[in-house]
Amino acid sequence: MLVTGCAPGETQTAEPVAEEGLPGYGRTEAEKLHDKEVLAEVFLNENELETIAALCDLILPATAMIGGALEAEVPAFIEFIVKDMPNHQLPIRGGLAWLDNHSLKAHNLEFKKITLDQQKAICDQIAYPGKTAPDMMPGEKLFTRMRNLTLTGYYTSKVGIEDLGYKGNVANTWDGVPQEILDEQGLAYEPEWLAKCIKPSQRGSVAEWDADGNLLN
Amino acid sequence: MATKILAEAGFDVAVLEAGPFFDPKQDEHRNQFRWPYESPRRGASSDRRSFGDFDAAYGGWNIEGEPFTNAEGTDFWWFRSRMLGGRTNHWGRISLRFGPLDFKRKSVDGLGDDWPIGYDDVKPYYDKVDKLIGVFGSRENIKNEPDGFFLPPPKPRLHEMYYINGARKAGIPVIPSRLSILTKRINEERGLCFYCGQCNRACQWYADFSSGTCLIFPAQKNGGRVQLFTDAMVSEVTTDKEGKATGVTYINKQDKKTYHLKAKTVVLAASACSTARIMLNSKSSVHQDGLGNSSGLVGRYLHDSTGASRAVFIPQLMDRKIYNEDGVGGMHVYTPWWLNDAKLDFPRGYHIEVWGGMGMPSYGFGFNPNDLNKVVGGAIGGYGDSLRDDIKKYYGSVVGISGRGESVPQRDNYCEIDNEVVDQWGIPVLKFNYQWTKHEVNQAKHMQDTFEEVLSATGGTLLGDKPGKDSDYGLTAPGQIIHEVGTTRMGNDPKNSVTNKYNQLHDCENVFVMDAGPFVSQADKNPTWTILALAWRASDYLVEQVKKRNI
Repeated sequence: MLVTGCAPGETQTAEPVAEEGLPGYGRTEAEKLHDKEVLAEVFLNENELETIAALCDLILPATAMIGGALEAEVPAFIEFIVKDMPNHQLPIRGGLAWLDNHSLKAHNLEFKKITLDQQKAICDQIAYPGKTAPDMMPGEKLFTRMRNLTLTGYYTSKVGIEDLGYKGNVANTWDGVPQEILDEQGLAYEPEWLAKCIKPSQRGSVAEWDADGNLLN
Repeated sequence: MATKILAEAGFDVAVLEAGPFFDPKQDEHRNQFRWPYESPRRGASSDRRSFGDFDAAYGGWNIEGEPFTNAEGTDFWWFRSRMLGGRTNHWGRISLRFGPLDFKRKSVDGLGDDWPIGYDDVKPYYDKVDKLIGVFGSRENIKNEPDGFFLPPPKPRLHEMYYINGARKAGIPVIPSRLSILTKRINEERGLCFYCGQCNRACQWYADFSSGTCLIFPAQKNGGRVQLFTDAMVSEVTTDKEGKATGVTYINKQDKKTYHLKAKTVVLAASACSTARIMLNSKSSVHQDGLGNSSGLVGRYLHDSTGASRAVFIPQLMDRKIYNEDGVGGMHVYTPWWLNDAKLDFPRGYHIEVWGGMGMPSYGFGFNPNDLNKVVGGAIGGYGDSLRDDIKKYYGSVVGISGRGESVPQRDNYCEIDNEVVDQWGIPVLKFNYQWTKHEVNQAKHMQDTFEEVLSATGGTLLGDKPGKDSDYGLTAPGQIIHEVGTTRMGNDPKNSVTNKYNQLHDCENVFVMDAGPFVSQADKNPTWTILALAWRASDYLVEQVKKRNI
């Protein structure tokens, strides 16, 4: 947990959590100090965070099977990363302001307050690079950045990794591509190549060689 | 390596490290098996850790308070890792022997210089390093790619099978890679590889090579008298009025005070450029231009490997069934240089590394999730559930290859002391002067032509435009491949070299350089295995000279 839940506005209460919210793995003193400072900073305001949450939910909503960007606490990730990577700050702040201006002109309400259908109607004009009207380009820039951050925040979260189905990051013994996959791909290992490779049963014994470098066991 | 050999020979060894202690076995230092969400920036790189939050190397292209400078027109990148074991904690573990031709390139192409030693001088030490540390590979009997005492290699992964097929069609050799990772037990002390693919995070089981886990800790454990001085930034080697080394001066980064450590012999292994910096900053009445610098060559002949890359999208790898293919921390297959006998418009060669697969996501994963729809068809951008499908459709469908080549060492490519800038410890910093020549640019062009041919032969669609002349064919900036070598090159003539063929300074018999500084040239092979072999050889020589009372 970096900061408290994803609900808008709650990040202001993050400060007490920040201490224990520091990463629990090998950090240098300079890194610990930096992360602590960034966690304690406030950049995005309440309205911006609520708008980000609305966009996150539009970009990756929950499905019947698995949680979406909000369940994966993506807004909290974005809240952090915008502070950690200052190059995001102006484009996000400016982009969100543009989005509200646009929404106010069309509906006399900020983006987060218009209906889902109205939100989608705006997104449809800014979510498809190459098809965006020239005067909507600021919206496309914002939406592309938000899509990137939402997807990267989601697929690096516990929920997102489950959705992706990534199977690694555990101790195992690699013994080649599963046969069924090879069959599907119409591929096969070359016997000569395979003969050179490690067999799982061979792993445990301490290596011995003859004088020419031929492995004996 | 010197620490282990000298301690085991009964010497009292003091190791000075400019950064903190590091042991990946200690949980507070462990990055291995962390999940991306354990990092608030999801593993992204930062000014504090260039290769990302989970990479083992502290620092990187930037070290706060310890700058370096580039001369006008130079864009040298210098990667430093301040910690016990330094860059060996995160390196690629590619462990290639130099071949007979690699020590005698001038005799082949007339450029640069030959080494004062040949493959036969180093072979016994390569053999010993293989057996002590462990390297997997296969016996191939290829000219200039000497075989060693190998552990068996892991089987290729799916994307590597596509590369093998492409290389076969293009008529380019491809063989199992050679990495210092334990696929099989080498002794009872170190653990076996468990295929997490995270060697760059440093292994808590010591199943890959780093100098801390495989050399310094065992030297301590074997009863060697080894004393570690961490956070000890060496500023200079001190000498007496005859010019003989008396020890080193260092700054303790904790109390910020300066200390002197007496020594009978000094071994410098701070990395080629840091060693040159220490030597150039060690001026005395005898060594007026810096220790060991009567030739004026300390810092000169600095050279890095060349690099260039390209990637391919393979439609057959869309919508993959997911299984764990993390494998070892690096490629399972590679292409060694195959054109030693060809007439080309550049000298020396390169090898090709392969990457791809269904890796663990980190910051950046999911950016532009459906750009490949440009190739396959379908909408670009969008939002909602279709994005989940796009992510899964393209996960693991891109394969990349990178060339790593030999550059020709130049006298005019060098690092020197920048008299106008000091670091936070008051030590004058290095200034780099470095330009690639037409040789490296032509080599990069050849790489791009080869990449196009091999990747096209995989049946996939090449990504991005082929880098052309305007970008020097995608040639990396000097320093970026992090193979800095040559700054204290060895030779028989003291006027034309800094050390003799045993890594010993011509000008100062009790100072040795045991990093890559003494390299006369560096082949297209990653330097680590040769650094280790030469350091062992030099340490044996040092012990013998002390026994004979010559030092």
